[in-house]
Amino acid sequence: MIGYAFIAPAVLGVLGLGLVPFGFVLWYSLHDWNPLVGDFTWVGGENFLRLLTDETVWASLVTTIQFAAMLMVFNVALAMALALLLNQRLPGTTTFRTFFFSPVIVSTVAWVLVWSYLVAANGGINGVLAMIGLEGPNWLRESSWALVTVVVIQVFKGVGMNMILFLAALQNVPAELKEAARIDGARPTRVFRSITLPLMTPTILLVVMVTTFGAMDVFVPIQILTQGGPGRSTTVISYLLYRTAFEQQDFGYASTIGVLIFVVALTLAALQWSTRKRWVHDEV
Amino acid sequence: MAAGSLVLAACSGSEGDSSAGPVDLRMVMWSANDAHHEVFNQIGAAYVEENPDVVSSISFEPLTGSSYVNALTTQIAGGDAPDLAWISEANAAQFVQSGVLHNLSPAFESSEGYAVDDLLDGAFDVWSQDENIYGYPFSNSPFGIFVNRDLVSAAGEPDPRELMADEEWTWDSLMAVAAQVAQEEGQAGFEPSASPYAGWNDALGAMWLSWGASPWSADGTECTMNSPEMVEFFDWFHHHVFETGAVPGPGEEFDFASGQVAFKLAQLSSSGALDDSFEWDFLPLPAGPAGSVPVVGQGGVGVVARGENPEIAADFLAYFTNPQNSELLAQFFPPPRSSVLTVETLSAAAPSLTEQQIEETVIAQSVDAVTKVGHVRMSELADPVRVGLDSLWTADGDAQSVLDQVCEDIAPVLESE
Repeated sequence: MIGYAFIAPAVLGVLGLGLVPFGFVLWYSLHDWNPLVGDFTWVGGENFLRLLTDETVWASLVTTIQFAAMLMVFNVALAMALALLLNQRLPGTTTFRTFFFSPVIVSTVAWVLVWSYLVAANGGINGVLAMIGLEGPNWLRESSWALVTVVVIQVFKGVGMNMILFLAALQNVPAELKEAARIDGARPTRVFRSITLPLMTPTILLVVMVTTFGAMDVFVPIQILTQGGPGRSTTVISYLLYRTAFEQQDFGYASTIGVLIFVVALTLAALQWSTRKRWVHDEV
Repeated sequence: MAAGSLVLAACSGSEGDSSAGPVDLRMVMWSANDAHHEVFNQIGAAYVEENPDVVSSISFEPLTGSSYVNALTTQIAGGDAPDLAWISEANAAQFVQSGVLHNLSPAFESSEGYAVDDLLDGAFDVWSQDENIYGYPFSNSPFGIFVNRDLVSAAGEPDPRELMADEEWTWDSLMAVAAQVAQEEGQAGFEPSASPYAGWNDALGAMWLSWGASPWSADGTECTMNSPEMVEFFDWFHHHVFETGAVPGPGEEFDFASGQVAFKLAQLSSSGALDDSFEWDFLPLPAGPAGSVPVVGQGGVGVVARGENPEIAADFLAYFTNPQNSELLAQFFPPPRSSVLTVETLSAAAPSLTEQQIEETVIAQSVDAVTKVGHVRMSELADPVRVGLDSLWTADGDAQSVLDQVCEDIAPVLESE
């Protein structure tokens, strides 16, 4: 009983904030629901049939996957590079670490607003580029750049946390293993590839999963910077859900989109989890 | 996020009338301005003092930001409906015709000294249905053109008042000066009241009326975004964005109050942000191919039918908007009452404006002004139109083909009306 008491807060949290709301969302997805006027009508699977043929939803899903993939690659690569750099005994390391970690604790809205001025067509970044004779793109108004720009802003917001996680993982790699490899004649790149990196894979798995799911519900930068445009080039699925529910008051269909997001996230999680034995070493 | 929000919205509250004893009224409003709240609280406190057995308190809750309507609808959907709500003209039709708002006519007609005849007829078009009033446009504010006279002069261009005197105050002449300012001074020539690339109706809705254009038919069932008048308007606007450079392009940021814009389309209340760091003027809207069309943007108040005390809230709204309190509100919001549209009253609203500016740009424009267009399904139309228009905001964007596509995209929504 004492054991159950200890896990009760977590179980209640998962039930109350996760499973029960999701049960409601499933129920709503079977209804046509405009709460503003009080309509709540059973439509069965109609919303799901609509979802299957809704090009906007599938285009948003593709955009979300592109966003998540770019975010994950940039974030993990940059965090790893920064962690390796900070793991060296170099002067100014603490300042450097603070510099990259501070965006993590800054309000996302404030962070994005500052960036909105920097990436304006006549903003700070293009001003600097102009000083060296380059013409920068219209970062948020060109379809080919807008999503990448949002990704970069999001990467710099969150990379500090992943950098710290990687740094902790790096410092947990037993020094004697690396020393033994060096004595056996391994070069630094080989030590990293064959000793350090494999021992960091549990942390990499964690970072990949957290970053992927973070990308699935990105909202603030899209709302502030692009409102899903230009066209629908930055309309990720979570933003489409928001607009469907809270702007169009079509809560039933928005719930259906919510179910789709859950299925996609679950599939990605299952994929990452099921393949972990092939690439994650030293799993506890 | 989504699941939590949806569940929150599902927890509906009970409808019903007031129980015995005084009630607490709550109004949500777009503005968080302290001075606005002071006037609202002053009127609320006076009503409570006069009706202590009916109302114990009246609170005014700001929900600021671009997602105001979303926040309001979420409160209503979640069973936490406010008693009264501030609603803009663009959403008026949607709120009125979907039955969200309570009929105010009985309360207005039975309110002593309300002077219904004093109300400006045209101001209530979008707030009425079947000859009943469902919202009161307490702010009936004409759009005008703020001019940075220093920038215009620095570019070697004539004062716009000279153009007015010569009866040459047209959108074309404004843009010609604006283009010159952009070219000579490296600043913005002309900016609409919002970003045309994000909020197309807010930005351009007060302009295309001077071309005789409208995005849809009067009954809202037929798309007219690709009408010759609208195509001509968008061709003209596109030309001034991408060829003359009079209008800042997509993604460019300028600020009129900081002295970076020569001409700004805005309402009276924008004068509050201006100081004497540069010389400015406030002029009526210029004429377009269809002549000069005065346009107002409106902020209205409605009683939420699903609130707990609609009858009491309606009675308070009748008090809030009676002739005496309209004078108080006129400090900030031009009222839809002809008796209060005086230079003396409105001078208090915008002390930095001259009598001439108030007379010409506010009062003269208010009386015959048309209200910026809205639609009963505005929330479903805003995004597809924005997405469609994004194709136009490139140097080689073609208005006719883009607007044809917009009409094709929104036709199902309009036709289902």
